[in-house]
Amino acid sequence: MLSFLGRRLLQLIPTLFFVSLIIFSLQQLLPGDPALVMAGEERDPDVIEQIRKQYRLDQPVPIQYVYWVKGVLSGDLGESMRIKVKVRDLVVEKLPVTIQLASMAIVIALAIGITAGVLSAVLKDTVWDYAANVFALWGRSTPTFWLGIMMIFLFSVQLGWLPASGYVRPSEDFWGSIASTIMPAFVLGNVGAAVLMRHTRGAMLDALQSDYVRTARAKGLFERAVVLKHAMRNALTPVITLGALELGELLSGAVLTEQIFSIPGFGKLIVDSVFNRDYAVVQGVVLVTATVYITLNLLADIAYVLVNPRLRS
Amino acid sequence: MADATLTAPLLDDAAAPAESPVRRALRRLVRRKGAMFGLAVIVLFVALALCAPIVAPYDPTAQSWTSVRKAPSWLHPLGTDDVGRDILARIIFGARASLLAGVISVAIALAIGVPLGLVAGYVGGFLDAAISRLTDAMLAIPFLILAIALAAFLGPSLRNAMIAIGVTTTPIFVRLTRGQVMAVKVEDFVEAARAVGNPPRRVVLVHILPNILPALMVQASLSIAAAIIAEAALSFLGLGQQPPAPSWGSMLNAAQRFLVNAPWMAVWPGVAIFLTVLSFNLLGDGLRDALDPRER
Repeated sequence: MLSFLGRRLLQLIPTLFFVSLIIFSLQQLLPGDPALVMAGEERDPDVIEQIRKQYRLDQPVPIQYVYWVKGVLSGDLGESMRIKVKVRDLVVEKLPVTIQLASMAIVIALAIGITAGVLSAVLKDTVWDYAANVFALWGRSTPTFWLGIMMIFLFSVQLGWLPASGYVRPSEDFWGSIASTIMPAFVLGNVGAAVLMRHTRGAMLDALQSDYVRTARAKGLFERAVVLKHAMRNALTPVITLGALELGELLSGAVLTEQIFSIPGFGKLIVDSVFNRDYAVVQGVVLVTATVYITLNLLADIAYVLVNPRLRS
Repeated sequence: MADATLTAPLLDDAAAPAESPVRRALRRLVRRKGAMFGLAVIVLFVALALCAPIVAPYDPTAQSWTSVRKAPSWLHPLGTDDVGRDILARIIFGARASLLAGVISVAIALAIGVPLGLVAGYVGGFLDAAISRLTDAMLAIPFLILAIALAAFLGPSLRNAMIAIGVTTTPIFVRLTRGQVMAVKVEDFVEAARAVGNPPRRVVLVHILPNILPALMVQASLSIAAAIIAEAALSFLGLGQQPPAPSWGSMLNAAQRFLVNAPWMAVWPGVAIFLTVLSFNLLGDGLRDALDPRER
C-alpha cells in the first residue's frame, strides 16, 4: 500500500509540472502586447509599465515562468487586475459555495444513478430497464444550461415554488439555502446521474452473472438478499470511486449552472473574470480546479485499493 | 465520413472470405434503430445547414421592430426573438455553427491526437513518457474549464472556440490511440509486417492504423456530441459565435432574460442542441456495438 502510494505520488510531479506549464502558457496566447491587453481600458503608460513590472513581462518567458511557479508554491496565486483582491482570497471566499452545490449534486447523482442502475440491471429488458436507459441517454444529451433555464421556467416562473436565482448561505437561513440551491444542484447532478447509472447497470449485470451470486441463490437466499448484499456490495466499489471523479467533473458543470442561477461560487468567478479580462484570476482558478481534480483522482485511486482486497497486497 | 471510404479497401484486405468486416459492421449498424434514428436526424440537420439560405423562411439577422417577441404563429412558426428576428430561421442557420464546431473541433483533435498517440504507442520510451504526462496534465483540467480558459485567452470568436474545444478534446484521442496501438502492435500480423522489412512508418500507417480506426470512429462520434455541447456552452457564455450571427448557445443566452414574456425563445434552441447531441450519441453507441467483434 505504501509503495503504491509512493509511486502514485511520484507520478503526480510531472503531471503537476505540465499542468503549471499549460496554465502559464495561456498567457502567451493573448494577442499582441500582454501588458496592453491586461490593462484593458486603461491607457495610462505608467499603469501599463507597472503591469509589465508586476508580471515581469519585460523578462524572458522562462524567467517569468519560474517567478510564477515560485509564487504559486508559496500560495500566491496573483492578484485580480480589476478588483485588486488577491486571487487566493477570492478562491477561499467562493469555493465553499461551490462545494455546497457540488456536494448536494453528487448526493442527487448517486441517489438517482445507483437506484436507476440497480433497478435496470435487476429488471433487465423490462419497461423499467428501458426507461432507465432512456433517462441515461437524455441526461448525457441535455445541455445543463438549457435544463437549468427550463427548470427556472417551470418551477420559478410558472409554479413560483422556488427562487429563480440568488444564493443564501446555510448559516443565515438553512432552508432558504436549500431552496436556493436545490434546482441548480439537480441540474448539476443530472449528467452525473446518467453516467453513474450506466456504470452501475454494467457492474450489476456482471455481478448478477457471477459465480458467487449463483452460489448465494443456490443456498436458497431470498432474491432481495442476493441483490442487496451479494451483488450490490461488489458492484458498487468501482462506482463509488467513479463518484469521486464525477465530483471533479461537477466543478466543470458548476461554471454554467452558477452562471444561470446567479450563484456566487467558483464557476461564476471564472466566467466573471473571463468577462472582465482578469487573466490572473482565470489562471489562478484553473490551477486550483486542476489541483482539486488531481487530488480527487488520487483519493479515488486510494479508495479503490482500500475497498478492493485483491489490490491491497 | 471520408475516413470510412478511405479505409474500406484497407480493411477488406484482412477480411474473411464470406463477409468483409466493413459490410458486417454496416449490416449490424443498419439493424440498430437508435443509430439509424441518430443518422437520420444528423443527415436532416446537415441538409438544413447546407441549404439554409433556401429553406430558411427569413433572413436570420433581419430585425423587425413591428414583430418583437411574437409567439409562434403561421407567420413565424417558432416565434420571434427580442429584436423581432425569426427563430426558425436562426435555428436553421445556427445549425451551421453547431455542426461546424462539432466536426472541425474533432478534426483538430484527430489531426493532433492520432499522430501523437501513434508515436507514443509505437515508439515508446522517452517520447511516450513525455507525451503521456502532457496528456495526463491536460486531462487533469476539467474539459469545459480548459476550453473556457483557452477561448478566453485566444479571444471570443467561433474560430477560436473551435480551436479551444479541439485542443481540449485532443488528449482523449492521444490516450485512445496510444492504448489501441499498444494492443495491436504485439499481434502476429504486425510482427510479420515488420519481419518482411517494412519501415516503421509503413507498419504504423498501413498495418496498425486501419485496425484502430473503428475505435477512433466511435470516439469521434461521441466527441462530436460533446463538442457541440461545448460550443453551445461557450457561445452561451459569449465566448463563441459573436452576435448578430446566429448560434444555438447565444440564442439561449438572450432567451434567459425573456423567460417570463417569451419562453419560446428558450425552448427551440435547446431542443435543437438536444436533438443533435442525442443523435451523435446514438450513432456513437450504435457504431460501438456494431464494430464490437465480440458481438455477433
